[in-house]
Amino acid sequence: MQTSKYSSPPVDQVGIEDRIARITARSIKSSMKVEGLKMALSMIDLTTLEGADTVGKVTQLCTKAQHLCDEFPELPNVAAICVYPSMVNVAKQALGESGVKVAAVATAFPSGQSSLEVKLTDTKLALDNGADEIDMVISRGKFLQGECNFVADEIATIKEACGKARLKVILETGELGSLDQVRKASDIAIYNGADFIKTSTGKIPKAATLHVTCVMLEAIRDYYLTTGKMIAMKPAGGISKSKLALHYLMLVKEVLGDKWLTNEWFRFGASSLANDVLLQYRKAQVGGYQSPDYFSID
Amino acid sequence: MATKNKNTFEFAPAPESTGHIQLRDQYDLFIGGKWIKPKSGKYFKTINPATEKQIATVADASEKDVDLAVKAARKAFKGWSQLPARERGKYLFRLARLIQEKARELAVIESLDGGKPIRESRDIDIPLAAAHFFYHAGWADKLDYAFPNRSVEPLGVAGQIIPWNFPLLMAAWKLAPALACGNTVVLKPAETTPLTALKLAEIIEEAGFPEGVVNIVTGAGKTGAAIVNHPDVNKIAFTGSTEVGKLIQRATAASDKKLTLELGGKAANIIFEDAAINQAVEGVINGIYFNQGHVCCAGSRLFVQESVFDEVTTKLKARIENLVVGDPLDKNTDIGAINSKGQLETINKYLEIGKDEGLEMFQSSCAVPKKGFWCKPTIFTGAAQSNRIVQEEIFGPVLAVQTFRTISEVVQKANNTPYGLSAGVWTDKGSKIFNLTSQLRAGVIWANTFNKFDPTSPFGGYKESGFGREGGIHGLEAYLKFND
Repeated sequence: MQTSKYSSPPVDQVGIEDRIARITARSIKSSMKVEGLKMALSMIDLTTLEGADTVGKVTQLCTKAQHLCDEFPELPNVAAICVYPSMVNVAKQALGESGVKVAAVATAFPSGQSSLEVKLTDTKLALDNGADEIDMVISRGKFLQGECNFVADEIATIKEACGKARLKVILETGELGSLDQVRKASDIAIYNGADFIKTSTGKIPKAATLHVTCVMLEAIRDYYLTTGKMIAMKPAGGISKSKLALHYLMLVKEVLGDKWLTNEWFRFGASSLANDVLLQYRKAQVGGYQSPDYFSID
Repeated sequence: MATKNKNTFEFAPAPESTGHIQLRDQYDLFIGGKWIKPKSGKYFKTINPATEKQIATVADASEKDVDLAVKAARKAFKGWSQLPARERGKYLFRLARLIQEKARELAVIESLDGGKPIRESRDIDIPLAAAHFFYHAGWADKLDYAFPNRSVEPLGVAGQIIPWNFPLLMAAWKLAPALACGNTVVLKPAETTPLTALKLAEIIEEAGFPEGVVNIVTGAGKTGAAIVNHPDVNKIAFTGSTEVGKLIQRATAASDKKLTLELGGKAANIIFEDAAINQAVEGVINGIYFNQGHVCCAGSRLFVQESVFDEVTTKLKARIENLVVGDPLDKNTDIGAINSKGQLETINKYLEIGKDEGLEMFQSSCAVPKKGFWCKPTIFTGAAQSNRIVQEEIFGPVLAVQTFRTISEVVQKANNTPYGLSAGVWTDKGSKIFNLTSQLRAGVIWANTFNKFDPTSPFGGYKESGFGREGGIHGLEAYLKFND
């Protein structure tokens, strides 16, 4: 298999660790914290991806998306609801004109172990049901076999099928084995039509980290420096606390700059982050932490 | 509505509080375990370089005061050197623990008096100072194992003169091996940054050290000269400029004083086209802007393989825009204040020289405070070995960038300097690293990282960067006599 086409620059793991240590030592306080919390909230893809998802569960999640915290009307909504293709029409209907987008995982999520036909049908189902965004998975098996062209062609084919819908390409970094591989997979995705690159499915224990996100942001930056085109980023899985979310924003600010700090260019794939952000926001506004029971769980 | 946010994710002030520190208005000399007024009655001011406000006044030690200090050290030498080595170790362990306990206070004072960012004094200077005492405390009763089948004994009274860039850390580098080996000490901190050494004197008191084992005298060059020229000093250890180092070497020639010098540097930091460029750029930033560039081993000469010159310089310029310049006590500050007015004038002189030589100068667009001494992070491109800013040590946040084509060319250029303290190599190829490290003439060479320090690792220079090593087993040798 031809792999030389995708030679990516090397990544130094120790250097990445140093960089992340600098980022997490930043002090994000007072006005910066409040702005960061609002920003983080607006960037959340509120997610439910369970075998047990039902019409009731998805509808309730959509209600939450529209009533995050009515006590503070200045707060933004989340960016999107992220569901399986079969739930897209339910979410679409429940969200109505709220402006919250619907993202669907597709292409034999989470393993990606299926044929291109099935993946295209999966994608088409989600789009026909009205999905605004498609979260596809790459074929990690093929990638690890060295068949980068296969992975690249698959991404390009799904991108073509997406039409106007924005395509997020999930690398499942926890299965790739090294930061060099993360960089290579990022470059393949970016050069073959990804609008977003996304870390993880959330279905394996090793989900998003600041380290892999840093490598992916560097890939985005190098592409921007070469072509002038912006690519968006979505870490997903394992981000449930505000403090960590703020570190992610700091990383984006320092690697890519303020231009990327909108929900058009950065998202969090998370299910429980929103409530922690609300808890922290309320603390900043009113003083004192409220019981978690004051924040709805849907 | 999924709204777009305005970009307001900007740093809010996050100053470290100063309410917990204890400083006197006036400091005397710490001699023979007591605080003694200088014979001349003279004191000088030490200021905060970020505000130019006075913090305290400090005694100006004359020749007579230095003589008292050396006498006190001599008097204490017998008892200290004959103490069971394990007991000496205990004092050093106690000192290390007390430094850890007072780490926050020491970090704030270090940043107040010297202008360095609190992030560095908190995360690097103070923890490393404690680590040096811990490490050498362990050696105190194991010198026979450090030098097997050799008979060693302490030298006697050590005169130690330290610089202003890492005040407490340099005091630790000097004191820890000297004391562990059984010597007694007269230490002079730099005149612009005496406060943490004086705090250390208080900690030494608190740790119950025998009187006279450590004596701390403050003052400028004259005080240092009095230590160097004192006939009853057995050893001089100096860290500072090459210019002063040469004076000291002249002054101690034909005496039986043992001498170690850790002097200036003009380190080459070399990026190859196969390096992890993004991490290399971070490393270069850390290598030159750490502590405002007031670092003798700073990577001030950057060599970039010509094929990646555009990429590297574009990224360096973007990165310095991200560096936070300002209040040293703010937890987010990356670059603090220049240590003194004199040093700022030196740096500014070199900026003019660089421009006059026709080099392209790039500076961060950041604002700097009106009061105090500041220099924006600066990059000169288009430099050559023949430029003065490439040849001379600037000791500020100024990077000179040159290009190269081949390994042999860059080795030749990297070694083409009177200095030889440190160097850095950035490449993804292990074989290239080993090839270069054996050819570069520098005491410390980092590969794919920069400015990493550890008490177990010897540090010191080639050529005009000095001689003798500090840290590790090698560092002990400088404070011992070998009777074989």
